[in-house]
Amino acid sequence: MQSRTSRVSPYLVVAILIAAWWAVIRLSGTRIFPGPWDVVLGTMALAREGVLVHHIAASLMRVAAGYFGAVALAIPLGVAMGWYPPIYRALNPVIQMLRPISPIAWIPLAILWFGVGNASPIFLILLSSFFPLVVGTIAGVHSVERQYIRAAENFGITGMKLLSEVVVPAAMAQIVTGMRIGLGVAWLVVVAAEMVAINSGLGYLIIDSRNAGNRYDLVVAAMVIIGVIGFCLDLLMRRMERVDSVRWRYVR
Amino acid sequence: MSVDIEARDLWKSYRLDDGGALPVIEGLSFSVARHEFVALVGPSGCGKSTLLDLLAGFQRPDRGSMTFAGQPVERPSPKGILITQKGSVFPWISAWRNLTFVLNGASQEEQTSRASHYLELVGLQDFGSAFPYQLSGGMLQRLELARALVVKPDVLYMDEPFGSLDALTRLRMRQELLRIRREEPQTTVLVTHDVDEAIALADRVFVLSERPMKITRIVDIHVDHPRSMADPRAVDLKDSILRDLGAIKD
Repeated sequence: MQSRTSRVSPYLVVAILIAAWWAVIRLSGTRIFPGPWDVVLGTMALAREGVLVHHIAASLMRVAAGYFGAVALAIPLGVAMGWYPPIYRALNPVIQMLRPISPIAWIPLAILWFGVGNASPIFLILLSSFFPLVVGTIAGVHSVERQYIRAAENFGITGMKLLSEVVVPAAMAQIVTGMRIGLGVAWLVVVAAEMVAINSGLGYLIIDSRNAGNRYDLVVAAMVIIGVIGFCLDLLMRRMERVDSVRWRYVR
Repeated sequence: MSVDIEARDLWKSYRLDDGGALPVIEGLSFSVARHEFVALVGPSGCGKSTLLDLLAGFQRPDRGSMTFAGQPVERPSPKGILITQKGSVFPWISAWRNLTFVLNGASQEEQTSRASHYLELVGLQDFGSAFPYQLSGGMLQRLELARALVVKPDVLYMDEPFGSLDALTRLRMRQELLRIRREEPQTTVLVTHDVDEAIALADRVFVLSERPMKITRIVDIHVDHPRSMADPRAVDLKDSILRDLGAIKD
C-alpha cells in the first residue's frame, strides 16, 4: 500500500494524459480531432503571428477590470453586512436569490444594457466574482473571534478604526479565500462572455477557430492556454495566503 | 491604603431559554485596595468570569453598583484591562505593532518609548518583529501582559491567564508576574481555580461558593515573597482553602 506521504509526480500525470490522448487519436484514426502535436504546432503558429498575445491580453484586461470592480464593491458591502445585522437581514435574501443565477443567463441583458463592446463581458465578470467575494467576506466577518473585538473595546478602539483595523484584518484570511474563488469564476466567465459578439480574447479565439474552418487544433490550443493561465492566477492568489498578516489563520 | 475597586450589593442573573432566570451573583460586596493583589478561587461555573466581566465593564449588573477610583464603571475602558486564558493578542500584526496599536492617540515618540519599555519588561525585546503565531504559549501570554501594561491601566483583571500553559511555564509566569509587580505595582484581580497560584501571588484570597456566588471566606496571605509552596504557612493555607472548596474532606 502507498503511504500518504509518498507522491506521484504531477509531471508524470500530465505526461500520461498526453500519451493517452495521443494513443486515442491514433487508434480511432479521427481526421477532425487534433493530436497533441497538432495543438503544439497550432499554438506556435498563433504565437508567431502575434495573435495569441493579443487575445490573452484582451481577456486578462477584461478580467482585471471586472474583478477589481467586484472587489471594490463586494468587500465593503460584505463587511457592512457581516458587521451590522440589520443590513445583513435586509440584503441577504436578495443576494442569496441572485447568487444561483448563472452569469451566462445575464448575457442577453448585458448586451441589451451595454452593447457588444468591452462593457458587457466586464459587467458579466464583475457580476460573477461579486457573489463569492460578498459571501466570503460576510463569512469572514461572522467568524471573527469575540476575544479580539472585546480586547479592542477594552483598549477604547471603536467605530471605523475597529472595523478597518480589527474586524477586517481578523476576517482577512476568509476574504482572501473569497478573492481566490472570485478570480477563478471571473476567468471561467470571461471565456463564455467573449464567445458572444466580441472580436478579441481567448473565448473569441475558440469560437472563431471553429467557425473559420473547423480549426480544432486552435480550439484545443486556446483551451490549454486558458487552463494554464487559470492555474497561474490561482498560484498568484495562493501567494497572498502566505503573507504574515494572513498566514496566522492557517498555522494554528 | 486607599480603596480602588468597590463593589456594593452586586446582583446578576442570566435569562434562560425557557423564560426562567439563572441567578449567578446575589448580593456581592467587597473592596480592593490600591495596588492590592486579590485572587478569586471557586468551583468552576460559580460565576467568576461573570464577576470579572462586571468589574471590567463588559456586562452590566442587574442591581448594585461598582466604582473604580470613585467613578462608576459603565463600559470597558483602558483603565481596567482584562486578560483571559484564550488570549487576545492580535495575530495579524507583529508583537511591536500590538503594543503601539493600542496606544492610539499617543505621539510617535511616546509609542516607541513605551512599546520598547514594556517589551523589555516582559523579556520580549528581541521579538518585536515576530508575529504572534511564531511565539510560544508563554511568550504569547507575556506579550498579552505587555500590551495590557503599555496603556498604563489602573487595574489588571486576569481570568485564568495561565490556564492554557504547561505546568512549568505556568510556574515561570508566576515569577514573571511578581517581578513585574515589584517594578510597576498594579491593582490586580486574578480569577483562578489553582489554589497554589492564588497563594503564591495574592495578598488576599476570596474563597467563593457555588452559584449563586457568595464570598465564603477572605484569607489574608501574610507570607513574604518569594513564597515557597513548601512553607508550612502556605501548606496550611492551601489545606484550609481546599477544605472550604470541598476538595478535601475531614
